[in-house]
Amino acid sequence: MSGAAPAFAPTADAGALASSSRPESLWADAWKRLRRNRAAVCSGIFLLALGLLAVSAPWLPGLANPTAQDLRLGATPPSSAHWFGTDELGRDTLARVIHGGRISLLVGLVGTLVSLVIGVSYGAVAGYRGGRTDEMMMRAVDVLYSLPYIFLVILLLVFFSRSILMLFVALGLVQWLTMARIVRGQVLSLKQQNFVEAARALGAGDGAIIFRHIVPNTLGPVIVYTTLTVPAVILQEAFLSFLGLGVQPPAASWGTLVSDGARLLALFPWLVIFPGLALSLTLFCFNFLGDGLRDALDPQDRREVS
Amino acid sequence: MAAFVLRRVLLMIPTLWVIATLTFFLMRLAPGGPFLAEKDIPPAAKAQLEKAYGLDRPLGQQYLSFLTHAARLDFGPSYKFPARQVREIIFEAFPVSLELGLWALLFATLIGVPIGVIAAVKQNSGADFAAMAAALAGVSIPNFVLGPALVLGLSLTLFLFPPALWEGPQSRILPVLTLSTAYVAYIARLTRGGMLEVLRQDYIRTARAKGLPERKVVFKHALKLGILPVVSYLGPAMARIVMGSIVVETLFAIPGLGRHLVNGAFNRDYTLVLGVVLFYAAFLMTLNLVVDIAYTRLDPRVELS
Repeated sequence: MSGAAPAFAPTADAGALASSSRPESLWADAWKRLRRNRAAVCSGIFLLALGLLAVSAPWLPGLANPTAQDLRLGATPPSSAHWFGTDELGRDTLARVIHGGRISLLVGLVGTLVSLVIGVSYGAVAGYRGGRTDEMMMRAVDVLYSLPYIFLVILLLVFFSRSILMLFVALGLVQWLTMARIVRGQVLSLKQQNFVEAARALGAGDGAIIFRHIVPNTLGPVIVYTTLTVPAVILQEAFLSFLGLGVQPPAASWGTLVSDGARLLALFPWLVIFPGLALSLTLFCFNFLGDGLRDALDPQDRREVS
Repeated sequence: MAAFVLRRVLLMIPTLWVIATLTFFLMRLAPGGPFLAEKDIPPAAKAQLEKAYGLDRPLGQQYLSFLTHAARLDFGPSYKFPARQVREIIFEAFPVSLELGLWALLFATLIGVPIGVIAAVKQNSGADFAAMAAALAGVSIPNFVLGPALVLGLSLTLFLFPPALWEGPQSRILPVLTLSTAYVAYIARLTRGGMLEVLRQDYIRTARAKGLPERKVVFKHALKLGILPVVSYLGPAMARIVMGSIVVETLFAIPGLGRHLVNGAFNRDYTLVLGVVLFYAAFLMTLNLVVDIAYTRLDPRVELS
């Protein structure tokens, strides 16, 4: 894992060279390689479809209201009227799973975005400044790494508001450390290169050099790691929701649905099976896509190790 | 070597202090107190209770007394179960969690490493692809989905194992399976990656060239270095298994430390939560140290710094 940062370096060099001569070649090449990876393409298509479904859920014709109860109906197994069955309050499970996906995906994306912004800025500044600043900043990351984070997140959510905003912050805060390390490693090698020197000669300030010239060249590894962070955040949200600390009812993420369903497992197994399947499939596709992207963007390093 | 160990142990102390301070103030800042559930008690009794627990003293004093006691592993009585010392609860619950975690890790290594070796030796074959797809699936199924699925299939339908509790060897199987599947998968992936790297190296070619049977090359020469990514993963793996055991202990009603943490947090059992978090942190850091030492033993190229 510690080998990940230097292992990405060759791509960055290739990216830097490519962007100075023919800017599209690296990406076109990567795209070609990615398209040949059928599993990754299928995963991408599945995720796109799922995303569309989740975004358009409130306006989908024929989809039941996920919070509409029908106590006389109660829990029913899957049928033609309710494809995924209904829960003990008569709510349509299909609608609950699709709306749950909205929350799970949103949390995954926003949590990742938070970690991306913090991690990239922190890593880029540390790598670019170098010297004492770099050492101190990375030492802080080392200390944070050794904290059992999940306990702090649990405490944070138990003792303070369990709002979705808190969830974003908590999850983003857990995830940025690795991103900071990756970006720092990249920047350390990039800042020695001629195009940075050229930018400085043209009078660009430190901020402009970092964010306009260096950060765009770290994009390859950042994209790969981002793709792998999204499922990690979704999983953590589901874990917290499973413990009852995630999103609060009547809103329900996949984690909440699995947790609720697990309590009635012996009676109404479909209440666990469908949300569990949706969650697992989504994580599976993100992981497959991430692996495919790594192979595509990083041809020199074909190890299957993350 | 001794200097390295000593420095790491010394570094653990400020880290533990940071954790202790963070958790202590986080909980004191939070709204609500440990006796919130008993709202109706008369103010005099409440004052008595707070006095008994030292909650009436200034925060700084409470903090200092907490630190000095914590250094002696004394976290005081539980707020929720005043008859019991937190230390007692931890020492009672920890062996259960430890047993669960060790079984899971052992199982994951014993199954994961051979799968990874086979996949690496037969790289790009059908077996390799199938093993890696299965491993990716294993990584992707959360334990709180897998657990109910296993219970549904193996205990509620086939009646093979008890669906919950922690009594007798039979009851160990489902929790250990639930906890370890993701690590079987991850260790298989790591082993494959490590082995592929090593099998390309010159000394392996030398071993083959001098006519060693392939089995010996793989298991005696390659595996020793190929397994290094797995060894360095064991530290983080333990940390994640601790997290996973919270889920598994909740799912299967196992009386381990993870359950105490979650229940303690919900009950605002300050002393219990602080004790458990600090205990876990110290435990995990010790494990990481052990893993680092093991790493250097296996790979003479690594120097301790």
